[in-house]
Amino acid sequence: MTVLESNPVVALRDAAKHFGPVKALNGVSLSVAPGECLGLVGHNGAGKSTLVNLINGTFAPSSGEVAFPLGQQGVRSVFQELSLCPNLTVAENLSISHPDLRGFGWRRPARAEIQASLDTVFPDHGIDTDAEVDRLTIAERQMVEIAIGFAPRGGTPRLVILDEPTSSLDEGIARQLLSHVRAFCAAGGAVIFISHMLGEIFAVASRIVVLKDGKVVADRPAAAFSRQGLVDAMGHVAAEGTQAAAAQTQIGEVVIRAEGLEARRGEVVGLSGLAGHGQAAALARLYLSQTSDWRAGRGARAVFVAGDRPRDGVLPLWSILRNMSISVLGRDANGGMVDKDAERRLAEDWRKRIGIRTDDLTNPILSLSGGNQQKVLFARALASDADIIVMDDPMRGVDVGTKQDVYAIIRAEAAKGRTFLWYSTETEEVCQCDRVFVFRNNEISAELTGAQITEEKILEASFEMMEAS
Amino acid sequence: MQARYRILLPVISLVVLLGMTFWMQPRAMSYFGLNLLFNLAVPIALATIAQMMVIMVNDIDLSLGAFVSLVACVTATWLNDTPLFGALILLGLIASYALMGAVIHMLELPAIVVTLGMSFVWGGLALFLLPTPGGASPEWIRSLMTLKPPMVPLAVLAAVIVAALTHMLVIRSKIGTVLRGLGGNARSIARAGWNVTALKATAYGLSGLFGVLSGMALVGLTTSADANIALRYTLLSIAGVILGGGEFTGGKVSPVGAVIGALTLTLAASFLSFLRLSPDWQIGAQGAILILVLTARLLFSRKGAAT
Repeated sequence: MTVLESNPVVALRDAAKHFGPVKALNGVSLSVAPGECLGLVGHNGAGKSTLVNLINGTFAPSSGEVAFPLGQQGVRSVFQELSLCPNLTVAENLSISHPDLRGFGWRRPARAEIQASLDTVFPDHGIDTDAEVDRLTIAERQMVEIAIGFAPRGGTPRLVILDEPTSSLDEGIARQLLSHVRAFCAAGGAVIFISHMLGEIFAVASRIVVLKDGKVVADRPAAAFSRQGLVDAMGHVAAEGTQAAAAQTQIGEVVIRAEGLEARRGEVVGLSGLAGHGQAAALARLYLSQTSDWRAGRGARAVFVAGDRPRDGVLPLWSILRNMSISVLGRDANGGMVDKDAERRLAEDWRKRIGIRTDDLTNPILSLSGGNQQKVLFARALASDADIIVMDDPMRGVDVGTKQDVYAIIRAEAAKGRTFLWYSTETEEVCQCDRVFVFRNNEISAELTGAQITEEKILEASFEMMEAS
Repeated sequence: MQARYRILLPVISLVVLLGMTFWMQPRAMSYFGLNLLFNLAVPIALATIAQMMVIMVNDIDLSLGAFVSLVACVTATWLNDTPLFGALILLGLIASYALMGAVIHMLELPAIVVTLGMSFVWGGLALFLLPTPGGASPEWIRSLMTLKPPMVPLAVLAAVIVAALTHMLVIRSKIGTVLRGLGGNARSIARAGWNVTALKATAYGLSGLFGVLSGMALVGLTTSADANIALRYTLLSIAGVILGGGEFTGGKVSPVGAVIGALTLTLAASFLSFLRLSPDWQIGAQGAILILVLTARLLFSRKGAAT
C-alpha cells in the first residue's frame, strides 16, 4: 500500500455545525479514500447539505475538524440546485471556475475542455458549448454542471461531490453518469454520491453512510446493506411498493381534454418519457389554458405544484404560513380583508395533515429543508378548491419518507374526486398513476392504464422510435 | 443563439429612424449633417455604457446624470486650470465610484437607494464648484471633439470605437464574462472562488471611468459646464441600455446595443425637431418611441419563445 492510498482525500473528525440553536450537523466523523465512492443517504433535513458545505468550505465547522491530507485542490461540488450562470454560454460557465484561462484566446480551450468533459461523461449529449445556459433544458443544465465538476480545470478532480445529480435526468442519462462515476473511481478518484434514489446508491457506491438528525447512524460497505435495511436505517418506515391499489377510486367523467390527453374526475394521470420530450411544456400549456382566462374570475379550476421551487414555487421572503395561504386568500377573505384566524387555522390544519417539520408557522419559508418546502407547496395547492392539480415534477430532491406521505395524500384527495396531472422524471412515481401518457419528441407515443403501467412499458414507449430511426 | 438576435432589434430601430430622418430632411445625408445629428450622442453613448456596467451586475445607477455633471464641472475648471490636480480629482471620482460599489455589496444596501443619495452628493459638489454656468473646456479635449476625420464624421467614428472596445471588454474578455456571470448568478461566481466585493467594485469603477469620459466629452462639445448640464443622462442612459437589448436583471447586456440605443435616442430628438413638433411634446414623443421599440421587442421575444 502506497502512502497515497492510505491517506484519505478528506477526513472529518467530530465535525459539527450549528445554526443558532439548530444542530444541523452534530459530530460527524468520516473519511473518504481515493478510489472510493461514498453513498450518502438520509432523509431531508438529516444534514447532508450541511456536510457537503463543510467539505467544500462554504461553512467552517462550529467544532471538530475537516482535514484534507492531500490538500484541498481538486475538491469539486456539483450542487443540487442548479448553480450555473444562465446568461453565459456553456463554455463561459466552465471558464469561471477555471483559474488558468485568462488573457487572449481563452475561449477556444474553454470550449474544447467542456466539450471533452461532456463527451466523456455523457456520450451523444448533443449540447452546443456556445449555447447560453438559459436556452438549455433543466436536464441539459444539470449535465453541464456535472461535466464542469469532472473537467480538469487546470488540475485534477480528486473528490467530486454529487448532490442529487440525477434529480432532473432521465434514466438513460443517469445510467451514463453512474458508469462514469464508476470509471472515475476505478481511476483513483473519489466521489461522494448523494441521492434519494436507492437504486442508484446501490449501483454506484462502494460504501454507504446513513445520516440521521445530523449524526452518522450507519457506515458500512454497500454490500452489507439490503435495500430494506437502508430504508430502515434512515428512520423512515416506508414499505416498498405501497401501491395503493386498494383505494382504487371511482373514475368519473372526463374533466379535461387537451393536448391529446384526457383526465377524468378522481384520476391520477402521469406524464412520462425522457426528460425534455415535451411533457413539461405540455403540462404548462395545459395549466395555463385552464387558468389564464381573466374573465373566469376567482376560483380557478386548476392549481399548480411547482417542482422548480426557487423559480416558480416559494415566495422566499414570506413566512411558511403565508406561503401556504396565498392560494385561498381570496376565498377566505372577510369583506376584502384577510381573515387572520381562518388563515392560521387552515395552515395549522395542513401542517398536521401533511407533516411539515416546524415549530412555528411564522418562520421564514427558507428555514425549511427542500422537502419540507415542497410539502408547503403541496399544502398550498390542496388547500384550494380547485378540482385539477397540476404537478410539475414535484418530488425533485424529496426524501423517500416524504414521498410516501405525499403518495398517500394524493390518493386520498383523488378519492375525494380531485384530478391530478403529474409530470415526473422518476418511473417509480409514474407507476403510482392510474393512467400514463408517455411523450416522445413532443408527441404522445403511448397511453397506458392500470396494470400496463410498468417500467418496461414506459421505457419501451420512450425509446421505441428512437431506435427505429 | 438569443444573444445574436438580441442585437437585431436595436439595429432595425436605428435604421428605420435614420431612414425616416433622411426622408424628411435629405440634407442630413452628408458628412456635416451626420456629424450634427450625432454630435451629442458621443457623451450619451459613454454614459449609457457607464450605466450598462452597473445594470450588468443587477444594480441600477440613479446618480449617473449628477456624476457626469460633476465631472463636466471638474473638467471645465480644475482640469483646465491645473491639469494635474484636475486629473487626480477625476481619478479620485472613479475610485469613489468603485468604493460605492464595494459598500453597496458589503452592506447589502439596495443600489437604487445608495445611488439616489449619492446623486445629491455629486450635485452638491458640482454646485459648490460652479454655482453659475461657466468654465472653459481644456484645449486638447475641444480639439479632439471637433476633429474632422476623412470620410466618416467623428461622432460616428467615436461611436464605433466605443462599441468595439466595450464589446471586447464586456463580451470577449475573461473579466467581462465573470462580471456578466455575476449578474446572472452571483452565488455561482462566489462558489468558484471569486471575490464578489472586488468584482462589484470593478464594475462600478468601470462605470465611473465611462462616466468621467462622458463628462469630458460633453465639455469638449459644449465648451463650458453647468452643475445641471447632464441631469437627464440618468434616465437617458437607462433607456439606452434597455433600447439596446439589455435587461434590468440577469446580466444580459449588449455594449454594441447600448451604443446603438444611445444613438437612437439622440436621433429621436432630432427627428422630432424635423417634424416641427413643439419642444413641449418632444419628451412625451421620445417616450412614445421608447414604448414602441420595447413593445416590438416583447412581441419579438414572445415569438421566439413560441417556436
